[in-house]
Amino acid sequence: MEKESKSTGRKAYYIAKMRKAAQLLFYKRHSIPGAKGWELRRKVGSDYPKVINLLNEYLDRIGLTVKIVFEEEANPPENPTLEQYDKARFYITLKENLRAEEAKMVGWRIDDLAALCTSIAYITSKGGKVERKELEELLRSKIPEWRVDIDLNKFIRLGYLVEDENRQIYLGWRTRAEVDQKKLIDLLLKTEAKA
Amino acid sequence: MGGNERRKSVKEAREELLKIIELCRSVEIKGLDPYLVDVEDLIRAVREFFPMRESIEDLCLDTEALNHIASVVKMQGEWVKSRATALYRDPFLIEEKIRSLPREKMAEIFLETWRPIVEFEQLTIEGFREALKYWSELPPISERWQRIGYIKTEAQRIAKEEVIKEGILSGESFASELEKMWLELKGAASKYGRIKYWDFIGSETYEETVRRAYLTSFLITYGYARLEVHILEDEIFILPNEKPSPKEDAELISFPIPISFEEWMKWRKNRKALGEKPIT
Repeated sequence: MEKESKSTGRKAYYIAKMRKAAQLLFYKRHSIPGAKGWELRRKVGSDYPKVINLLNEYLDRIGLTVKIVFEEEANPPENPTLEQYDKARFYITLKENLRAEEAKMVGWRIDDLAALCTSIAYITSKGGKVERKELEELLRSKIPEWRVDIDLNKFIRLGYLVEDENRQIYLGWRTRAEVDQKKLIDLLLKTEAKA
Repeated sequence: MGGNERRKSVKEAREELLKIIELCRSVEIKGLDPYLVDVEDLIRAVREFFPMRESIEDLCLDTEALNHIASVVKMQGEWVKSRATALYRDPFLIEEKIRSLPREKMAEIFLETWRPIVEFEQLTIEGFREALKYWSELPPISERWQRIGYIKTEAQRIAKEEVIKEGILSGESFASELEKMWLELKGAASKYGRIKYWDFIGSETYEETVRRAYLTSFLITYGYARLEVHILEDEIFILPNEKPSPKEDAELISFPIPISFEEWMKWRKNRKALGEKPIT
C-alpha cells in the first residue's frame, strides 16, 4: 500500500514537471522559440534531462519530439554532461517529415522549399558562408527572379539564414534546429536528375 | 640620390603592405580558399619592410597587414576543420546537382530532412497593456475625421510647371533637387543599405510627403535608387545606388504607389506610436 502511494507520488511529481517543461518549450517567450538547458534547470529542476526524456516519450505518441541542439554542433556528444545540456537549446519539432501537401497547408510553396533547400545546401558546401550576390545568382536558376529577394529576406527573417553587414549569408539557428544538413547533402548527391 | 632611393623604397614598401592587406581582405570577404595565400611569403615581405618604417602610420599599416595575415591563418585552420567534418562534400559537385535538379525534386529532398519547430504564440501581459492603453487613448472616429478636412478627388496627371506653381517643387534646378534627395537617401539608408519607402518620403505635412514622393519617383526612374517590393509582407523598401545607373537596355516597368491622405495619416500615427519623428 505504502509502495503504491509512493509510486503515485512520484508519478504526480514528474507529471507536474513535464507540464512545466512543455509550457517552456511550446510557448515562445523570446525571439527564438524553445529554451536553453539552464532555463529548464531553473524552472524544472536539476533532473530536467530525465523530465525531457519522459516528455519526449509522451510527445512521440502525437508525432512530436524534443530536439536538442548542442553547442558542439558539428560533433554532438554521445553521452552529454549536465554542463553540455545546460548550454544546449531545446525545441519541440515534428518527429516525421511533412509531405508536400502538408507543407503547402502550413503556408510553404514548392518554390520556397526548393529555394530554401538550394540555399542551405549551397552554404553548407561552401563551408558555412557565401556572398549574397552569389547565392542570388544560383537561386535565379531555380525560381522566378522576382521571388529571389523576397525568399532570401523571408529565410533571414525566419532565422533559417543570417546576413552580416558585408552581405555574407550564413546558416541561422532555425536551420540548425530543423534541418538534418548531413542527410540533405547526402540525398542531394544521391538523387539523379531525370533526363 | 641615396635619400631619393630610400624614399622610393619606403613608398614601394607601403604599396606592398597595402597590396597584402587587400589580398587578405578579399580572401576574408569573398570566402576564397585561404590556402591560395602564401602566408610565409607575406610574412617575409612584412619582415623585409619592417626596418623601413618611418612614422606611426607606417607602424599602423604594418600592424594591420599582420592582423589580416593572422585572419587568413585562422581561416586556413577552419578550412582544414571543415574538410575534416562529415558534412564536407565537393562544392562544385553540389552546385552542379542543385542546377540540374528540378525544383520539385529539390523540395522533395528538403521535406525528407526538415522537421519544423512547433511553437505557440500568445498575447503577453505587456502586449495586452499596450493595446489597452492605445484603445483607451484613441479618440472616437467622428472626432478623428473632423480634425483635418479634405476633399477626395480623382487621381490626375500633373505637369512639372504645375508642381512648381503649387509650391510642391521649388524653382531651383530640378537636377540639383534630385541630387539633394539622393544624398539624403544615401544618408538615411547608410545603416542597413535600405529604408522603408514610407519612412523616406513621409514628412510632417501631407504636402511635403507628396513633394518627396514625386522627387523619389524620379530618383528611381533615373537610376539613382531602386525599389525592393515585398508583396507578401506588404512592404516597400528604397535602396540608393552608389552611382546613378539608368538601365537603358532593361525593360522599364511602372509601379504605382498611392500617396493618399489616409495612407499618410496611418503612417504618421504609426510613427507617433513608435515615438519616432518623421523627416521634416
